[in-house]
Amino acid sequence: MCDTCGCNVTRGNQHLVTGDGKLARTEDGRAAITVLQSLLTENDHQAVHNRQHFDNREILAINLMSSPGAGKTALLEATIEALGDEFSIAVIEGDLETENDAQRIRDKGVPALQISTGSACHLDAHMVHDALHELDLDGIDIVFIENVGNLVCPASFDLGQHRNITLLSVTEGDDKPAKYPVIFRAADLVLLTKADLLAVLDDFDPEKAEQYVRQLASEAPVLQLAARRNVDIDSWLDWLRDEVAEQRKRVKKKLTLRPAIQPEGLILHADHKHDHHLPHSHTHTHHKPHSHS
Amino acid sequence: MHELSICQSLIDQVEGLARDNQAVAVKTIWLQVGPLSGAEIPLLEHAYPLAAVGTVAEDAKLLIESIPVRVRCKTCGEESEASANRLLCGVCNDYHTELISGDEMVLSKLEFDTQTH
Repeated sequence: MCDTCGCNVTRGNQHLVTGDGKLARTEDGRAAITVLQSLLTENDHQAVHNRQHFDNREILAINLMSSPGAGKTALLEATIEALGDEFSIAVIEGDLETENDAQRIRDKGVPALQISTGSACHLDAHMVHDALHELDLDGIDIVFIENVGNLVCPASFDLGQHRNITLLSVTEGDDKPAKYPVIFRAADLVLLTKADLLAVLDDFDPEKAEQYVRQLASEAPVLQLAARRNVDIDSWLDWLRDEVAEQRKRVKKKLTLRPAIQPEGLILHADHKHDHHLPHSHTHTHHKPHSHS
Repeated sequence: MHELSICQSLIDQVEGLARDNQAVAVKTIWLQVGPLSGAEIPLLEHAYPLAAVGTVAEDAKLLIESIPVRVRCKTCGEESEASANRLLCGVCNDYHTELISGDEMVLSKLEFDTQTH
């Protein structure tokens, strides 16, 4: 998807834009227009806005995705313990119900905002935007967005984050990246969690899990750790430190970063021009009701 | 089951386009969806009528074109078809590929009436 204008030109549909123009008449006299816009255009606009919010404050925003119970909150608890003196951290928690996870984070002395999504299976950019207005972001270095535990839906929604992390706990099976390619392909980092259990599990091969990630044409690092026991968390902490440093450099250069980018749309954009008659005509309603299933 | 959210977003877009073009009824909506978009075509088809009810697109036909997954190899430069969970080069089998198509979730075309018949 193209960041610049919200449209979505790929090799698969390029012929439509290079045709005879956008408004045409069909044989029976009806009007037809070529649109070529992402179905999530409004979400994507909001996500761009959220990212500007983070960039203006030199904040690194990270989206954590996994199935329920893979250890996202435990990872955050261990990270806050280890880096609480080094960085100011804030957390946005997404869950269908309860304040439990936000409370676990607050118990570590870090501000946390719980988004209760009701029956919604994912966070979207509008929910995150509303949450950002309720969080005091002054002096914050890192905002973690803990998405709803779900290996399917969260992958389709840009929230305005800079990096995606997908967690895979070793109790889940090493072929999860092959079964849920969309969410693992979106990952800038894959964390194999609860790795202390590998000693008692004979059916999870970390190398195989990594191979499945590579088969998604992903070069994302695959790290193992056991956050609750503080085992092997140093590589993860180093990755995070590097990312904070990179984000500061980017902000100084007035650059930003979208996770899991697909450069193809931008390449095609350089080749030809097409009209965008819609993207900026919609209205933003920040407190729009969300009814998802 | 985020397909209902996606259909609601689609309807918002279609309503905006219908207004911009003085449409009184949207007749056909063409989408392009690739397997790596994260949306399932049958689920979109089921969710669409729920999102469209009471709108200018209530009676529109939804036509969804499935876009194949294709990759270009960064090592050998060849293009080939791939499957959603094996984005390897079909020629040299390398995993250093980039996606050419297959992650689309796009409103491609609309057909509508501009006056009542």
